[in-house]
Amino acid sequence: MTTLNINGKPHKVDLPADTPLLWALRDPLGLTGTKFGCGMAQCGACTVHLDGKPTFACVVPISAAVGKKIVTIEGVGHDETGKKVQEAWVTLGVPQCGYCQPGQIMAATALLKQNPKPSDADIDKAMSGNICRCGTYCRIRAAIKHVAGTTEVQP
Amino acid sequence: MKKPLDRPELTADDDSLFIANISRRTFLKDMALTGFVLAAGFPALAWSDETAAPAQPEKYGADAMPHGWIDDPLVFVAIANDGTVTIICHRSEMGQGIRTSLPMVVADELEADWQRVRVEQAPGDEVRYGNQDTDGSRSMRHFFMPMRRVGAAARAMLEAAAAAQWRVPVQEVRAEQHHVIHSATGRKLGYGQLAKAAAKLPVPARETLRLKQPAEFRYISKGQTGLYDGQDIVTGRAQYGFDTHLKDMLYAVVARPPVFGGKLMSYNAKDALKIPGVVKVIELPSSPPPADFNPLGGIAVIARNTWAAIQGRKALKIDWSKGPHGIYDSVVYKAELEAAARKPGKVVRNDGDADAALKSAAKRVEAEYYAPHLAHAPMEPPATTARIVKGKCEIWACTQAPQLCRERVAKWLKLPEDNVTVHVTLLGGGFGRKSMPDYVIEAALISQAMNGKPVKLVWTREDDLHHAYFHTVSVERLEAGLDDQGKPVAWLHRTVAPSISSTFAPDTKHQMPVELGMGVINVPFAIPNLRVENPEAEAHTRIGWFRSVSNIPHAFAIQSFVAELAAAAGHDHRDFLLDLIGPARRIDPRTLGDTWNQGESPEAYPVDTGRLRRVIETVANEAGWGRTLPKGNGLGLASHYSFVTYVAVVAEVAVNDDGELSIPRIDVAVDCGPQVNPERIRSQIEGACIMGVSLATLGEISFKEGAVMQDNFHDYQLTRMDSAPREIRIHLLPTAEFDTPLGGVGEPGVPPIAPALCNAIFAATGQRIRQLPIRDQLRKA
Repeated sequence: MTTLNINGKPHKVDLPADTPLLWALRDPLGLTGTKFGCGMAQCGACTVHLDGKPTFACVVPISAAVGKKIVTIEGVGHDETGKKVQEAWVTLGVPQCGYCQPGQIMAATALLKQNPKPSDADIDKAMSGNICRCGTYCRIRAAIKHVAGTTEVQP
Repeated sequence: MKKPLDRPELTADDDSLFIANISRRTFLKDMALTGFVLAAGFPALAWSDETAAPAQPEKYGADAMPHGWIDDPLVFVAIANDGTVTIICHRSEMGQGIRTSLPMVVADELEADWQRVRVEQAPGDEVRYGNQDTDGSRSMRHFFMPMRRVGAAARAMLEAAAAAQWRVPVQEVRAEQHHVIHSATGRKLGYGQLAKAAAKLPVPARETLRLKQPAEFRYISKGQTGLYDGQDIVTGRAQYGFDTHLKDMLYAVVARPPVFGGKLMSYNAKDALKIPGVVKVIELPSSPPPADFNPLGGIAVIARNTWAAIQGRKALKIDWSKGPHGIYDSVVYKAELEAAARKPGKVVRNDGDADAALKSAAKRVEAEYYAPHLAHAPMEPPATTARIVKGKCEIWACTQAPQLCRERVAKWLKLPEDNVTVHVTLLGGGFGRKSMPDYVIEAALISQAMNGKPVKLVWTREDDLHHAYFHTVSVERLEAGLDDQGKPVAWLHRTVAPSISSTFAPDTKHQMPVELGMGVINVPFAIPNLRVENPEAEAHTRIGWFRSVSNIPHAFAIQSFVAELAAAAGHDHRDFLLDLIGPARRIDPRTLGDTWNQGESPEAYPVDTGRLRRVIETVANEAGWGRTLPKGNGLGLASHYSFVTYVAVVAEVAVNDDGELSIPRIDVAVDCGPQVNPERIRSQIEGACIMGVSLATLGEISFKEGAVMQDNFHDYQLTRMDSAPREIRIHLLPTAEFDTPLGGVGEPGVPPIAPALCNAIFAATGQRIRQLPIRDQLRKA
């Protein structure tokens, strides 16, 4: 039995220690907002925060998440920045199919918490681990700038 | 927090809901439970019977689709006592915003307050709802008018109920934002108060309905309606096919033959069964050709969680045969396509005498273009949950074709169709992949093998890339003759590509009219001598529909070639393209050899070169065609008519000294007729730009010894934030009125992107790209 601290609450899961955090969140705990996209840290659909750091849950074994604060898309709205990011996503109509957006929001929130006024280059760096097949990148960039209060395009 | 998703029971147990919508049977049961309302009489299919119109020689649009359209308000609208309006969306949501846009159309005509509207997703049942195949950029094009009539009819019933209650002529009352008002006396009743009485009234005849004038629209054409699922998406509550959770559910993955047509020779599951959590390993039958929508067969590993199933599959020892397609090799195949394109083939359009005109031309230009296979790679790979209880199968699937799923699952399980229910979840992208129900059938078969237990089958990314229904691979060879003024006088196009029809009839070696009508025979160019040929190509894998389909290779080749001709003639590309299209005229597509015309009426939807010219002129103006650019930058133009929508693109690229490509800006002009939800049209075109950039710069699925060489996103790369166009500007051409027929939106933005980029690269560097993807072709050694 492994105890994980998820969105401020302890949760017990009965899974082998090498099970990726993604599947612990999704299957026994029903936290399906964290998505599967590739299973090899290539697409970012599974992005969660581990002690505030954006992390690909599909490659982190639950043993490595023990004792860390895990925040998922279901909990990120309790954070002031997270809530602003979610609101900006709705205001700017960012989502199309929406499947990658939990991961995008987790990545964008982590960026903005660490760097409240990111440049375009900062956004590229922080967000390029997250694939959106529908192609919402321009609106993601705009939504991040909307939260940051920096609307002009920077080189 | 673990909430089983079990919608029929949820709906029936919840007093605040009044419409089950799951099926006709539960619908009636639920109405009995909750004492309702505007769906009371429920004369079910009266209108659809009428729509089977007599003695119509040709059917077009929604009339020509399986099960056509339905506009019965009792099917699509329910109003609860508290005034909540529930609107059924019968088309699948995969990112195009249809769960917002279609209900919004109903709500507008109904004069419903959008804040009090709930959207329910219809299960697969085309007899009840009309066609549900969410593909071909058809949802709004085919259902705008039926949904307007649904809203207008429901509004008329509410008005009639209020007038009856007040004993005043119905002409004296009007519906406005969830109320019916009698202005003369200032009386006002809410929809919730009127619903029960309204439900007892007859549905008004279609021809008596008063549709709104466009000036009266509240939501339609405004682009101010937020995404219905937006809040659920950003908080992680939105439910996709991958997210279904049923009580005591098991999880499954399947090992499938790596080569299409290969068979299972032997396997050993001993190690797989040792993985903690693995419950069972079973063999799934393969199907003989044709591929059709059938599952591929293989070995299913069933476990207590997804990870255990994946680990179990890894531990299987399997010996597969390769079968007749074990020879499939993309390098060899490309050479075969090229050889075929260099010899005459089946003539599919022939105007004038192209051979003679080529011979006598002042200048001849020829070029060959190659576009590889692609996989759709929706971010959510295919997934389906199935269970079978007392001979009734219930499916939860991210599917673009729920009726097809229903029919095929019934066939495979040998159940009557009425005993199969297909619930449609949100789709994490579709792009054509989820029109194919192979994975849905797999889930049903696995549940059946597990005595009907609920089983969620998921595909990993590797499964998705290895076993897609691939976008075709093609060589397009073009030859043209220019006169001494640089004017094209001859055009010979040979298009060679395995056809989608090979998936259903394996011996097919020619493209079908649907594919040829995607921009290859129906080029609206004013060239007197024009021939299109279609040499043979044999398929070695499952070929399917990929967003915008054969328009991709056709537009890439034709729009690149036109730029090459303009350069050869020494003319400006925009001017040359406009001259080639010629003056504004409405061309009957049949005169271009296109009998298909996107399934639409040739009278209502001619090829309108005036509209095509206008998008080109608009995008050129907006993008500043001819403006001075820094060294290494270039502008490229392309246009394409597909899904009865006119699109033109100007891409600006920058290529640095190392040959690295970036895309500062893309401008797109779109004429899709009336714009029902311009905000979502913009988002679809923005997305089409990214998909076009992705397939132009990176996308390639290749085969070796019959198997796909790409496994995941490290070797099937997609465009990311850092390589996406920095800016996308969409220019929607205004339409004054709503009587022009609607065009498609989801797909037509994709085809012109690749040629616009390649033309821009030529302008920037002088290097001509004739083979996709561009990948590292620009790199300096």
